Amino acid sequence: MRRKRIAVWAALGLLVAALSVVAAGCGGGSDNGSASTEIEGLGSNLDEIKANAKNEGQVNLVIWAGYADKSWADTFTQQTGCKVNTKDGASSDDMVDLMATGAYDGVSASGDATLRLIAKGDVAPVNFDLIPNYADVYEGLKGKSYNTVDGVGYGVPHGRGPNLMVWSNDAISPDNDSWAPIWPGTDHKGKLSIYDNQIFIADAALYLKATQPDLNITDPYELDDDQFNAAIDLLKQQRPNIGEYWDGVTYAKQVTSFKSGEAVVGTTWPYQVNLMKAEKPPLNVTAKVPKEGTTGWSDTWMIASKAAHPNCMYLWMDYIISPDANAKVAEYFGEAPSNAKACEKTTNPNHCADYHADDESYWNNVYYWNTPQADCGDDRGDVCKTYEDWRSAWTEVRG
Amino acid sequence: MTESRTARICLRLGAAGTLAFIYFPLVVIAIYAFNENISQTWPIEAYTTKWFSVAWNNPDVRDALWLSVKAASGATVIALVLGTLAGLAVSRSRFFGREVISFLVILPIALPGIVTGLALQATILNVLDPLGISFSIWTIVIGHATFCIVVLYNNAVARMRRVSGNLDEASMDLGADGWQTFRFVTFPQLRSALLAGALLAFALSFDEVVVTIFTSGAQRTLPIWMFENFARPRELPVVNVVALFVIFASIIPVWIAQRIAGGTGLAAERAGQGAVAASIEAEP
Amino acid sequence: MTSIADVESPPRQGPGRRLSTFFVRHSRLRLAALLALPLGWLLVIYLGSLFLLLLASFWEVGGILGTDIVHSWNLDNYKTLVDEPVYRNVAFRTISMAVLVTVADAVLAFPIAYYMARVATPRTRNALVVAVLTPLWASYLVKAYSWRTILGEEGVLNWLLAPFGLSGPGYSSTGLWLAFTYLWLPFMILPIYAGLERIPGSLIEASADLGGKSVRTFWKVTLPLAFPAVVAGSIFTFSLTLGDYILPGLISDQQFIGTVIYNDRGSNLPVAAAFAMVPVLVMTAYLWGAKRLGAFENL
Repeated sequence: MRRKRIAVWAALGLLVAALSVVAAGCGGGSDNGSASTEIEGLGSNLDEIKANAKNEGQVNLVIWAGYADKSWADTFTQQTGCKVNTKDGASSDDMVDLMATGAYDGVSASGDATLRLIAKGDVAPVNFDLIPNYADVYEGLKGKSYNTVDGVGYGVPHGRGPNLMVWSNDAISPDNDSWAPIWPGTDHKGKLSIYDNQIFIADAALYLKATQPDLNITDPYELDDDQFNAAIDLLKQQRPNIGEYWDGVTYAKQVTSFKSGEAVVGTTWPYQVNLMKAEKPPLNVTAKVPKEGTTGWSDTWMIASKAAHPNCMYLWMDYIISPDANAKVAEYFGEAPSNAKACEKTTNPNHCADYHADDESYWNNVYYWNTPQADCGDDRGDVCKTYEDWRSAWTEVRG
Repeated sequence: MTESRTARICLRLGAAGTLAFIYFPLVVIAIYAFNENISQTWPIEAYTTKWFSVAWNNPDVRDALWLSVKAASGATVIALVLGTLAGLAVSRSRFFGREVISFLVILPIALPGIVTGLALQATILNVLDPLGISFSIWTIVIGHATFCIVVLYNNAVARMRRVSGNLDEASMDLGADGWQTFRFVTFPQLRSALLAGALLAFALSFDEVVVTIFTSGAQRTLPIWMFENFARPRELPVVNVVALFVIFASIIPVWIAQRIAGGTGLAAERAGQGAVAASIEAEP
Repeated sequence: MTSIADVESPPRQGPGRRLSTFFVRHSRLRLAALLALPLGWLLVIYLGSLFLLLLASFWEVGGILGTDIVHSWNLDNYKTLVDEPVYRNVAFRTISMAVLVTVADAVLAFPIAYYMARVATPRTRNALVVAVLTPLWASYLVKAYSWRTILGEEGVLNWLLAPFGLSGPGYSSTGLWLAFTYLWLPFMILPIYAGLERIPGSLIEASADLGGKSVRTFWKVTLPLAFPAVVAGSIFTFSLTLGDYILPGLISDQQFIGTVIYNDRGSNLPVAAAFAMVPVLVMTAYLWGAKRLGAFENL
């Protein structure tokens, strides 16, 4: 009996050992994709791509909510034969995780996702010759550091926008121009609605840039120890005042909370502001960029290196930056389009002016979501906090 | 009955109260399926049945429904085979490790779905992907089958416990070989328990969400479709309609399972099946 | 009527028959053949995956973004779990919630289970079993979202309580506890019902005959006999609460074990894997304890 027991345990042990060898051998090693625009199945010219796309029949996208509404996605399907399937990403983290599965063809990535995606090899460089509408994209959006590595471009710009501060006019005057009401010392404890992701640390850093200049914060994504710790402290003090968190999947609850008065002030995207204004009756809120500046985003459509439907994806990338579609999504979401010609197509003729589509100096004060790296990019060297430092600090702050 | 009258009244009240508690949110769901307005305010201002036709005409819903049916079918078949085999082995022999099997079989439902899901996804990404197997309906089926095994296993063991082994021995004494004995003697006794278990395993797999999130890639089962569309304000009433449909559609398998399991003496067995099975279903 | 000649001639020894005879003679091999598939499946697919996760918990992350997995073996992740207070707090919060939910479910489930098992007529009993089982098949997600609506500031609960001058718990820990209790209640009712049904009526009658009043009989006879069933039900309520991240995300702003694992898994799988071992250990211990208390017979 004893020998049998030993035999069984030995067999189990061998099995486990075998598995561990397999596991140790495989796994982990990221497939650093070559800087080649070649994707299996992609046509080599526009006609081939259009023909192949009809055979593919669909494209699977990871998007920010509202980026592929039926009103322009259906037109795309009619034109190309590619059905658009979308998955809303809760945050850039979520988007990177979704792309890591290899199950999606493309993603509308913000700057805190793009570099990770490129580093992991999950996205492929783009051949701009195959995207005719790229020529009309604002020059100020081409070749940016968050989507171009070593001169190789990894996507087409979608549009850009600022993160806004939103408040109920009943609680705070419409003339307010400061972020102060969401930071410690606020009169609205328990009624804050804040974005649930570590990238919000940059907003804390930005506030400290204005209120504690001796910290010498210049770029809210390049924080050394002192700056980072100050930001985390600020966030920890803010934590008890927070009523709710929202993200790219749960944004609708922000609208409900403002409607019911459970939240009176917070950070938001223009998308929710549009939703709030579309309520019946419209919510009495103000949303703007306070004087301390704000973070924002400049999104890039990227194609998966192992996309199952690369032809449809190329057609989508071309379509979404075409004047009509780009105008529609810019108005629907509430952002500045990337295609200059879209400005003539918006329903509101002042849309581009309102959203500073052409005003590069405005965007100098909007700190697009970016990927924190150890290399500070200045004379401090490699002492800055990394993306993972930010994430683990956020878990701590969240508590 | 030996309970006092007051005890019985209290119990009746308690039972009624608990039932009311159980059904209250379901009634709320049902009411919201008829809500004209998109935002879920209360009380409801206007009622409509338009969302039912919207749901019916939505191709995504139909695709998701069909995928769920296919995945649940595959998972049930696999669980049926594996669970029955294991159940037969455990109930007809005494061997070292018998308890280990029971433990091993229950582990997939006892461990939280996020752990199972994360582990399976890690395997798919790091072991299967390099081999060319990526996320597909099969990865979903594998995940679901793993935690459905226990339903069939428990049913098989419970039924075998009730059924004496003498019949099998008699059959073999009379000259039937092992396979014939199984076909003509063992299986008919097992059949109703297995069928009831299969129905429950199907229902579990149909509604599972967390493990599916990790094993599905871009595939959309019905729960995943619901999960995505709950967040989209314009689709919310459609989800309520679909949920209502699923509730009503699943009354049928539940009722069938009850009928198949037989008379009141097997109520405990039914209840046990339901408990284990249903716990997997709510698998977060 | 079969003739002796028919009975005496033995059936031909086909390959199937030879195989089955072989297995009858070598019962251990038959056992192995029966177990090969299911055991293989569970060991390779399930335990193998869990093992991979365990291995990952000993790795670390590095690189310029801090998110590259490095296969260097160390215990740093476990040290982090111990050193950083947030992990302790989250684990404590989750386990406490799981305990509270289990207790609430046991208290709520017992009356109806007892009623179904011992008081109701057979027809009522069948109806009640269907009535308790049906809501289980209502989608978990739908029920979770409906609680979000119910608990909201302008939701049903506040509306119901307003005439009494009360208000509901809202999106607080209490509200979350209420929602959890609701979701897992049927998983507690059914095993307790099954366990109570198994108790022979003669025992209860004997206790009554010996002079035990209802309450005394309940405490001294029924409850101890039904306890293993309660433990069986508690396995589900406990483990389901332990790992859930969807409901806490909807109804509270607190992090639970599932939330942290879900958020960490992308950029720091080793830490997520290490933290995932916490519910594994807790549930393994719980299962072992439940088994000792006889719960496995009540599943």
